[in-house]
Amino acid sequence: MLGAARQPLGKVSALARLAVIGVALAAVGGTFAYLGGWFTPNALTPARFTDAFEHVDGVHAGFRRNHAKGVGVSGVFESNGNGVRLSEAVVFRPGRVPVIGRFSLGGGQPYVGDTPDAVRGLGLQFSLPDGEVWRTAMINLPVFPVSTPEAFYQLLIASKPDPVTSKPDPARMEAFFARHPGSVKALAVIKSQPVSSGFGNSTFHGLNAFRFSNRAGDSVPVRWVMTPMQPFEAASPGPPQGKNFLFDGLIAAIHRRPLQWRLVVIIGQPGDPTNDASVAWPAERQQVDVGTVTLDRVESDETSAAAGINFDPLVLPAGITPSDDPLPSARSAVYSQSFTRRVGEAKPPSAITPADVGGGN
Amino acid sequence: MSTPRRQFTAFSRLLHWTMAAMVLTMLCIGLAMVVSLGSYHVLVSIHRPLGIAILILVVVRFVNRLLNPPPPFPASMSPTERLGATASELAMYGLMFVLPLVGWGMLSAARYPVVLFGSVHLPFILPQSAGLYSFLRPAHTILAYVFALTFMAHFGAILFHTLIVRDGLLKRMVPWNIRPSEAASADHTGLG
Repeated sequence: MLGAARQPLGKVSALARLAVIGVALAAVGGTFAYLGGWFTPNALTPARFTDAFEHVDGVHAGFRRNHAKGVGVSGVFESNGNGVRLSEAVVFRPGRVPVIGRFSLGGGQPYVGDTPDAVRGLGLQFSLPDGEVWRTAMINLPVFPVSTPEAFYQLLIASKPDPVTSKPDPARMEAFFARHPGSVKALAVIKSQPVSSGFGNSTFHGLNAFRFSNRAGDSVPVRWVMTPMQPFEAASPGPPQGKNFLFDGLIAAIHRRPLQWRLVVIIGQPGDPTNDASVAWPAERQQVDVGTVTLDRVESDETSAAAGINFDPLVLPAGITPSDDPLPSARSAVYSQSFTRRVGEAKPPSAITPADVGGGN
Repeated sequence: MSTPRRQFTAFSRLLHWTMAAMVLTMLCIGLAMVVSLGSYHVLVSIHRPLGIAILILVVVRFVNRLLNPPPPFPASMSPTERLGATASELAMYGLMFVLPLVGWGMLSAARYPVVLFGSVHLPFILPQSAGLYSFLRPAHTILAYVFALTFMAHFGAILFHTLIVRDGLLKRMVPWNIRPSEAASADHTGLG
């Protein structure tokens, strides 16, 4: 086979060798195509997930595909140092770090009217002194309605409002809950929680489990929750007082005085599910108050830097790592898809305008 | 004096095969992560530092390429083929340099922290800009597809030379040292 000893290839041999090359190239191309999902067009992908939000709520150019309606806020997190023994994250050392966040309503409709039972969201970014960033996106539900991305997708599709009744098709919802008994239980927990009158006295739950690891290398499963220092007041049962009453109330409250929450870390015990955000951990689990979030400034999406932030729950500093919860990775993927779509689009004015936010800010 | 080298230097070959593995891994991760939910985070967490490692190594490699010119092509290759081979080599160098930079740039423009591992992260190389992100994000994908196709062309060409032309082209780059008698010998025999 070497040098001058090389014989010209016979026709059959040449064809066979060409075939080998063809097969090798097809194998490489096929592997690429397989990994890129070309052979599984019905698989649930970040793009299809984001399509589902658009399917249910419509395409609203420039807005987040979920939690479309919102306002930006900013302030400071004052760490009391209690978190240091749990996590080496710089954010838990005693001291203050700036925070920027966004209050929002669940759903992809940017001009939806506020209702007391709409899901309230708070995305928050902590900017650590060493340049690290911690982002978390919380809601006011005590548990998540589902435990997996697939179930969330099915619930999302089932909850698409019927154009006539403007309510989800009861048959489809029933079918969903029949297949997901865990969601029935979660919904019972959610409904048992009294709804507060506004954003300022809402408790915001991180819901997903993460792991904290300290300098010694000890690691514990945790969830976190932000409990309001503003006194609880039940939502009034009557019809909503204005289309933006939740946001108007928030803006007025922040203009009166800063709003504050305690950041509380709940430490899981062996056996507490870390992979199921639809199940609450036992109430007696140790809770560590690690500091206070103070929000003293509110801005519309038009001017707030929070509008440019993807509150990806897996943007984490060293000392906080994901658990085996399947939701955060999917959230990260879908948020990224939503972010990429919206920042490439021209955005009309938000429901809450700079004039609405007004005040001394 | 000495006859021309038959093989790339050992260091050049080490760089080539190391980076070949890294780039192939990178292409596979990149393709998979954009359609993945459950594995998305793990894949992205590998994608970022691996991309930066490729960026660093390609600079090393480019300098090495200038210092250590490649061994001569087999005589079986026509001037056009040689031009094509050199062009595709340059294209791959360019892609290995530009793809990580575009990735780093798009994360910078979107203000996604560029975390390598633990608390180690890179500074932003671009201002926060929706416009820049909207340009760079699809550019990253398109360049990656171009790279996948360029890789296949490279792989196909070397298979063709090895199985059909049989001019010993691959021997210039095999990880082991070849004896002079085995070396790319078509220099003198040619195939016409």
